[in-house]
Amino acid sequence: MWRILLERMKQGHRTGAYPDVAPVLPDRFRGRPAIDPTRCPDGCRACVEACPTDAIAAAGKGLTLDLGRCLFCPECVSACPEGAIAFSKDFQLAARRREELIVGGEASAKGRALEAKLLKVLGRSLKLRVVSAGGCNGCESDVNVLSTIVFDLGRFGIQYVASPRHADGLLITGPVTANMHLALQKTYEAVPPPKIVIAVGACAISGGPYIGHDEVKNGAEGTVPVDMYIPGCPPHPYTILDGLLALLDRLPKERLAAVK
Amino acid sequence: MTLALANGTSVPWGSVPSLGMDAFREVVVGAPERGQRVSALFGAPRGDRLILVVVLADDDSGLLECAATTLDGKEFPSMTPECPEVHLFEREIAEEWGVIPTGHPWLKPVRFTKSKLPGVTDFFRVEGEEIHEVAVGPVHAGVIEPGHFRFQCHGEHVFHLEIALGYQHRGVERSLVAGPNKRTIHYMETLAGDTTVGHATAYCQILEALGGRRATPRGYALRGVALELERLANHTGDLGALAGDVGFLPTASYCGRLRGDFLNLTALLCGSRFGRGLVRPGGVGFEVDAERVAELRKRLDVAARDVAGAVSLLWTSPTVMARFEDTGRIALDTAAAMGLVGPAARACGLRRDARKTHPSGIFQMVHIPLCTTETGDVFARAYVRWLEIERSIDYVRAQLGELPRGEARRDCPPPKGASFAVSLVEGWRGEICHVALTDDLGRFAAYKVVDPSFHNWMGLAMALRDQQISDFPLCNKSFNLSYCGHDL
Repeated sequence: MWRILLERMKQGHRTGAYPDVAPVLPDRFRGRPAIDPTRCPDGCRACVEACPTDAIAAAGKGLTLDLGRCLFCPECVSACPEGAIAFSKDFQLAARRREELIVGGEASAKGRALEAKLLKVLGRSLKLRVVSAGGCNGCESDVNVLSTIVFDLGRFGIQYVASPRHADGLLITGPVTANMHLALQKTYEAVPPPKIVIAVGACAISGGPYIGHDEVKNGAEGTVPVDMYIPGCPPHPYTILDGLLALLDRLPKERLAAVK
Repeated sequence: MTLALANGTSVPWGSVPSLGMDAFREVVVGAPERGQRVSALFGAPRGDRLILVVVLADDDSGLLECAATTLDGKEFPSMTPECPEVHLFEREIAEEWGVIPTGHPWLKPVRFTKSKLPGVTDFFRVEGEEIHEVAVGPVHAGVIEPGHFRFQCHGEHVFHLEIALGYQHRGVERSLVAGPNKRTIHYMETLAGDTTVGHATAYCQILEALGGRRATPRGYALRGVALELERLANHTGDLGALAGDVGFLPTASYCGRLRGDFLNLTALLCGSRFGRGLVRPGGVGFEVDAERVAELRKRLDVAARDVAGAVSLLWTSPTVMARFEDTGRIALDTAAAMGLVGPAARACGLRRDARKTHPSGIFQMVHIPLCTTETGDVFARAYVRWLEIERSIDYVRAQLGELPRGEARRDCPPPKGASFAVSLVEGWRGEICHVALTDDLGRFAAYKVVDPSFHNWMGLAMALRDQQISDFPLCNKSFNLSYCGHDL
């Protein structure tokens, strides 16, 4: 008993202050990539060819990068002779529409809150059923970690629940394997309406490294309608938390003003 | 009869002995008697015929004994009745290549790749008054990967558990053929995402063996650091999860946080908590300077102190020990017969640790002690993790204190043609085995991945025998096996 209390004192208070205070991320953290097409030599396709998931495309004179396919690996940066691509430390990557994930595209935007009517129902208490459908346990781990004392998801009224019947929506990881397709459909059907779907990770958004495999469905879209996309491979826990809070309109207003 | 290879080396394919079926069978079924175990047994196409390849690990000699045979027709006599540890390998061969191991006692799909619906198959059933069956999954109550579990119960008492997997099958091995290409390393890093460093290291060892050039000493040392950090994060997380499953929240809370602290050390190396982008052919993709090393050591010391405090509460709390001890016990001979690996094997007293018995990379130069416990129960599987946490912390500290100078990475020549290479790495779950065969142009003709979970799922099923069904979560956490690593 005394040992336990003593250890409790030693371990201290460990819950982060996000969203009031920005998190400290490692200096080598790879967040939202920034592209400077003015540096691209004519006809250079080095990054396009290096990208393992074909996330980068040449668009006219510039480049676009699909965050929904991006593994946030260092290959494009290493391949570029001119330093035209660099990963920033911006971890706020979630978006509400698929086309908003295209960096350098016209619709590029950060995640916005749910529509007012849905927000009224789900905004103060959001219960999510997590379904792993072919995930590698990377996304699953970083979804799970939000329940630890560091992130303490419960303080925002968000909780992972054991049954779809208790849930307001699904949080999906993995490329949706053919072998999980039916189970995902049934789980979705078991969630009472109104319901939302959050796709976490490159796999759930586009298929990720497994894009184009016969054994997978290239992500959740096509099986269920998706309301929020949270990119990454896997997304940093703060990226996931940020996405969930954006959806519930729980982020300070300045964040949305900073959208470029 | 067999060709002996050292871990992380390659030979011309022609030098692997091609045996007749009878001789091949003798090699495999006689392995346990010779003190060897089956690390890999798989099929590969050769022209229009199918060959079977076996890799046997000899933990005494530190060598890998390899042999092959060419199949005539669509059948071969099953080796499972005489050598139970190949039961799943044979099921895999049957499912993948459509050949029948005749006499296999329980021949059914492994990953349901050719079935309409996964999990729809025969299950072992216990019949009788008041016997009931509990079916769980594929979607579980927690945030975990999908799998299907069938318990044959009498009240709370479990007679038998059968596990059906395959829900995570994403066609990795098929896609590796004709590689390596730009996606290959990313398949490796996501074979089991929590074992990114382990699987990426196994793959890089294959490429270095086939290319005929070793990684740099500094690269080896940094890979070793990353591998032990991966072990530290996962073992710490597992001990926290075990504490949570017996309702002991202090250790559950602290370890939940500390697991992240270890992951953040990996992120300090390469920007990714899971080590994505770190391990690359020829070494590692990120250099570290003295300042970064100092920061790593400082943070490691703090985490080491906190994890010792958090975990020691387990062993002094009678409520925890009463639930850990004697739960999910596996006998030594059962563990050996099933071919268990990793902490699950060492918890039964089996001296199996590729870092020690088949060392590669930095582990050839600097040894790490092998930890075992004896009792084979949940306590033993927890305690062996704690012993390994202590050893890994010492190891990382020592490596960071004496990192070899020089480049972190050098170029790796393209793979040689018509070659055969084997690579073992002791991941945090146990032995990871990768085997590659190249065609004449140096492309992968076959690439076999054996995740430690492939050996150990049967161990979980055996641990549940004669237990209460309410102890399933605890037993399951004490193994913490990979679904995606098994399903590939």
